[in-house]
Amino acid sequence: MERPDAEAPVIVVDKVSLAFDEKVVLKDVSFTLERGHTKVILGASGSGKSTILKIILGLLKPDGGSVFVNGERIDTMSETELMQVRMDLGMVFQEGALFDSLTVAENVGFKLYEESTMPPDEIRRRVEEVLGFIGLNDFIDRMPSELSGGQRRRVAIARAMAAKPGILLYDEATTGLDPITAITVDEEMVKLRDLENVSSIIVTHQLRDAFFVATREAVRRGDGYEIVAADARKCDEAEFIMLKEGVVAFEGNAAELRAAKDQYLRSFLS
Amino acid sequence: MFSLLDAWLKGAVLEVQEYVRLQIATIRGVFSRPFYFHDVVEQFEQIGIGSLTVVLLTGFFTGAVLALQTGITLDQFGARPFVGRLISASMVKELGPVLTGLMLAGRIGSGIAAELGSMVVTDQINALRALGTDPVRKLVVPRVLAGFFMAPVLTVISDTVGIIGGWLIAVFQLRVASSVYWTSVIDGLYLDDAWMGLAKPFCLGYVIVTIGCHVGLRASGGTQGVGRATTNAVVASSVAVIAVDFFVTRLMITLLY
Repeated sequence: MERPDAEAPVIVVDKVSLAFDEKVVLKDVSFTLERGHTKVILGASGSGKSTILKIILGLLKPDGGSVFVNGERIDTMSETELMQVRMDLGMVFQEGALFDSLTVAENVGFKLYEESTMPPDEIRRRVEEVLGFIGLNDFIDRMPSELSGGQRRRVAIARAMAAKPGILLYDEATTGLDPITAITVDEEMVKLRDLENVSSIIVTHQLRDAFFVATREAVRRGDGYEIVAADARKCDEAEFIMLKEGVVAFEGNAAELRAAKDQYLRSFLS
Repeated sequence: MFSLLDAWLKGAVLEVQEYVRLQIATIRGVFSRPFYFHDVVEQFEQIGIGSLTVVLLTGFFTGAVLALQTGITLDQFGARPFVGRLISASMVKELGPVLTGLMLAGRIGSGIAAELGSMVVTDQINALRALGTDPVRKLVVPRVLAGFFMAPVLTVISDTVGIIGGWLIAVFQLRVASSVYWTSVIDGLYLDDAWMGLAKPFCLGYVIVTIGCHVGLRASGGTQGVGRATTNAVVASSVAVIAVDFFVTRLMITLLY
């Protein structure tokens, strides 16, 4: 697929609405995601956060509005056309959604094995590389059932990044994890954004994880990396959206969110 | 009352529409790329080899019990030597295809619905789509091909062991000479019967697998939904086996006899 203009937003969601029967899930939701930036979507359960990701992936069609990914309008595309768009998208699902019958290596290399012409040896090297990136190289031949919850999420991240997508969507990637494991997953998101220049949308209701990703950055140190406090410019690149009953209730950076006076936002942040 | 009927009708029409759409997508998937050959081979093994034991046992005991029951009846007319003819005709034309179909509905239909249903409720189907793979081509097409081609093979095996089961009872219980039994088996079979017995399992295999896939892919509501889908798949495909058997028999009689 042709790479779009580096300056143009990678995702544009414009006045998207969706209802299931009588229940309105999203109403006139609009936002953009710039290349290499992070958009954090916050909201209570059932506020429509995950639905937005599914619409961006083309898994759901909106009732109204338009969605552009890498400059291409995707809400009017057929499933076959969407397959091409998804080549530059990766998604980490709630609970990981790993394929039970495949090993970690087969899960991580799935897209490359099934949908590319890359030789198996090269795929294996890429799988080892991404598993090394998330620190799970020793688990390469295990089955998903042999992994802990945190390891499953990290394998899901490895699977999403294996084909080197430009955009990663995280759906509650840290929900249900203990704080230490959640921080490990958060660090993977920061590393991918800052070291691999991956644009990301993070859906969560875990404020601690959202602020961690928004206020930290990964920098290279020799052969390794370090997670440090982000400078002001980097902090501005991470934008927050708060959804309330399918409507955007807030949009701004971490500092603006902390300073918000709105009663709902205050109760959510407290 | 009217709204309930309206909702039920809408639901029924939607199910039929989705079932037809799945079949169109499946047929398109068979004749276009990408084609997941490895998965097709795997499903041939799972559906074919995996169902062998149950089909062998069912076929054998059906033939055996048929010999026992018909032996008593035939005795009343002094026609015990014709037991082979009755068994071969019954097994090849009707019991082999239908019982194999019912066994496959229980084993394959339920397995497919449970597997695909679990994949739906754990987001694995969405993950497949997100990774750029069409679930119909990857999951449905291989199963449908395996069901379509392996059901006739399993039916022939079932017919064969059924006739062997009947032979054992005929020889050791009914005291019919082995040569008399086998001559009777061959006398009782006509080419048209063989065509009928072979045409049915193609249709039954296709129907069982497509129903299992359809019900599994439309599962919702967590593990409870998967259980419901599994039950629905077995019930629907079992009823479909009997119904399709009737219609194919009617059609074949019109065409062949």
